[in-house]
Amino acid sequence: MFESISNRLRGAFSFLGGKLTEANIRDGMQQVRKALLEADVNYEVVNSFVTTVTEQAVGEAVLKSVRPSEQIIGIVNDELINLMGPVDHSFHFQKDGLTILMMCGLQGSGKTTTCGKLARMLKDQGKKPMLVAADLQRPAAVDQLKVIGDQISVPVHAEEPGKSTPLAVCQNGIKEAKRRGDINVIILDTAGRLHVDDELMQELEQIDNKCQPHQVYLVCDAMTGQDAVNSAKAFNDAMELDGVILTKLDGDTRGGAALSVKYVTGVPIKFIGMGEQLDKLEPFHPDRMAGRILGMGDIVSLVEKAQMHLDEKEMADAQAKMAAGKFTLKDFQKSMKQIRKLGPMGEVMKMIPGMGGMVDAMQGFGDPDKDMSHIDGIINSMTPWERDHPDKIDRSRRNRIARGSGSAPNEITNLLKQFEAMSGMMAKMSNMGFLERMRAVQEISKGGMAIPGLDTPTQKMRSARGPADPIAAREALKKKRKAERDNKKKNRRR
Amino acid sequence: MAFFEKLKAGLAKTKQLLQTDIRDLLKAGEILDEPKLTEFEKRLLRTDMGVAAADAIMDELRAKHLGRTVVLDDIWQTVKDKLKSLLRGDGNSNWDSENPLSPLKLSSTKPSVILVAGVNGAGKTTSIAKLAKLLISTGNSVVLAAGDTFRAAAVEQLTLWSQRLGCDIVTKPSGTDPASVAFVGCEQALSTGKDVVIVDTAGRLQTSQNLMQELTKIHRVIGKKIPGAPHESLLVLDATTGQNGLSQARNFSDATQCTGLILAKLDGTAKGGVAVAIRQQMGIPVKYVGVGEGIDDLQVFSPDNFVDALFA
Ligand SMILES: Nc1nc2c(ncn2[C@@H]2O[C@H](COP(=O)(O)OP(=O)(O)OP(=O)(O)O)[C@@H](O)[C@H]2O)c(=O)[nH]1
Ligand SMILES: Nc1nc2c(ncn2[C@@H]2O[C@H](COP(=O)(O)OP(=O)(O)OP(=O)(O)O)[C@@H](O)[C@H]2O)c(=O)[nH]1
Ligand SMILES: [Mg+2]
Ligand SMILES: [Mg+2]
Repeated sequence: MFESISNRLRGAFSFLGGKLTEANIRDGMQQVRKALLEADVNYEVVNSFVTTVTEQAVGEAVLKSVRPSEQIIGIVNDELINLMGPVDHSFHFQKDGLTILMMCGLQGSGKTTTCGKLARMLKDQGKKPMLVAADLQRPAAVDQLKVIGDQISVPVHAEEPGKSTPLAVCQNGIKEAKRRGDINVIILDTAGRLHVDDELMQELEQIDNKCQPHQVYLVCDAMTGQDAVNSAKAFNDAMELDGVILTKLDGDTRGGAALSVKYVTGVPIKFIGMGEQLDKLEPFHPDRMAGRILGMGDIVSLVEKAQMHLDEKEMADAQAKMAAGKFTLKDFQKSMKQIRKLGPMGEVMKMIPGMGGMVDAMQGFGDPDKDMSHIDGIINSMTPWERDHPDKIDRSRRNRIARGSGSAPNEITNLLKQFEAMSGMMAKMSNMGFLERMRAVQEISKGGMAIPGLDTPTQKMRSARGPADPIAAREALKKKRKAERDNKKKNRRR
Repeated sequence: MAFFEKLKAGLAKTKQLLQTDIRDLLKAGEILDEPKLTEFEKRLLRTDMGVAAADAIMDELRAKHLGRTVVLDDIWQTVKDKLKSLLRGDGNSNWDSENPLSPLKLSSTKPSVILVAGVNGAGKTTSIAKLAKLLISTGNSVVLAAGDTFRAAAVEQLTLWSQRLGCDIVTKPSGTDPASVAFVGCEQALSTGKDVVIVDTAGRLQTSQNLMQELTKIHRVIGKKIPGAPHESLLVLDATTGQNGLSQARNFSDATQCTGLILAKLDGTAKGGVAVAIRQQMGIPVKYVGVGEGIDDLQVFSPDNFVDALFA
């Protein structure tokens, strides 16, 4: 798995005791370089980026700073933000009359879906959009756009694929929109094509020349690797792009293509696709993207997500109870449910700066979500009274709960022990604000999670399978590696 | 032969000899220094094979050759040979390009089932059509199961392909449980005596747990209906994909026990080098490559051609 850049740098500088020389900065920059390459930023772009930033770092007061690795990350981060900005989320609408938007891009990048998303967004902003199905190439592309138009109640101009040309469809669509008079934005969906397919690139240029779209957007898959620069450059050369839309960022791609594409085209990245559904389009934010590329997590997104999904009252209740030391297993179960609303644990943790590495470190411990389900199962097997009085659970109760939840009795013991320790930690943390708490969690994870009684909740969760002692952890990791090896052998034999 | 002619021929030979000697001498005269190594690194990384794989090769080059006189072409050859042997595995994944079905492990009892999965827009549906074409043209009867009941007009897309191919297709209304489509596909192949069922699935990102579980369920349901099935579980990977391909291979393999990759869209300028890293780390072999949008644009994977193209 990827190592987050902060971990790399911390590793690179730790033996220096904070003192830096110019040569050491250059060494540190090699780590930055590696991280960027692993995040799929293009090779040439990485090299030129590293050169610029090294000069900057050497010139600045990094040498005297207390936490050099943090400062270098700061410089790197700022420069990334700088390069991927400035943002421009505007469609630059025509003052009156029809605004024409056009999508282009490689096959399967998400053009048709993004047309639907844009139309939906524009409609929400009070515009009157219309879609044009100019992909006559891919089987059922026209149907796809029609279905999408239906879903968001936006009209679609479509013609029979065998009886028209993409250019004619676009021209007729524009005519139709003008004739109707109730349309003020039209979005042209074009067929996917390779940037080296001269014939199809010319077709695109022709549409561009004849229809004069006001904005042309390149739709680019965020999982793209080194090749992103080639295709983006070719599309930009042919079309003079006005913006880029980056799709499929809802997965775990680091998205280095964002930097590459911005670098070679110079046009702003406008929006990002965060899912297949038509409401999953968000404005692009360079700062969040920088954190993502660097593997530094995305605290802003997490806070936003938390605000959206967490029941404020329930969380406040929980907090009050924690502060008062009256937090029970029942409350714990409720909180767990809330946290799970934010998504798979691994994803949530990755959004917390500094926790990304922990997700990787936890690979050998199994699935935190399954662990949570397991804990949920254990608590469900308790009587309400037991949930309120975990300290009163004796041997026979413990055995009953174990049977009921299909666990080993010592798993129950462990859960109870850890709950006790965690309640202590929570009581301390409950007096902090959300961000402060995040920071505390981050500090803990930096410190190797060695502070007694102040373990992170995540460590507790995974230990439902048994104590999280180092030996067991190592064994688990070994076992997993062996399984992977065996699997690999098995595959080879095929 | 006249004397002079003999002499001329002899001289020509010597001249030839001399020339080759000089060329070899020139070649051997190069010292492998850091700038040359950088050129190596660049070409390795540009393929998307990833930092780890490229580093391993670079380390070896440094250890063996740095500062020495070398023939650069020979080093490239060594690197290529290594990658080829890695992709070939124990010789088992060196498919027979003359026999387009050689990568597939089909069942001796009808029907064989091929499950196809991958992230959104990778090229699953198109690859299925191409694969069906290969099967049909080698005398197999095929049923397609339109298991993408989610994406707009996905069923229509596969239906159009089935019409062009003239093969059976099983569809259900949008929103139906995809496992039930796969199930009916198997059922229909059993009752009509078809040779192969190919199951299409909706694109999904490998980080979506629910959707990955859905895939596992499809896999399980197929196995319940036809013991031992699916006989092939293919992951379609877009050749433009960078390092995320590793995470795709890992998670899809966890969910559906992938037996091979189809590397689609290799007709562009992307190299698809992440397939090397996938092979190295997970052992999953590439079985086919997609080289266009047409029905005949599917080729049996050749490690030799692929590796030569990586650095072309
Ligand atoms: N997860 C995710 N999937 C997306 C996103 N955007 C598009 N998709 C999916 O990606 C696949 C391809 O999307 P399309 O809109 O058909 O792509 P296209 O560029 O129009 O494809 P062609 O017309 O064939 O070139 C579909 O399965 C979409 O649902 C996104 O932001 N996230
Ligand atoms: N150039 C090229 N295009 C391809 C290749 N394979 C598929 N495509 C195109 O890529 C786009 C997406 O292909 P699909 O087969 O619809 O992909 P999919 O994985 O089924 O997509 P979803 O079902 O939406 O997830 C289409 O425009 C195809 O024509 C290939 O080998 N080369
Ligand atoms: Mg499309
Ligand atoms: Mg499909």
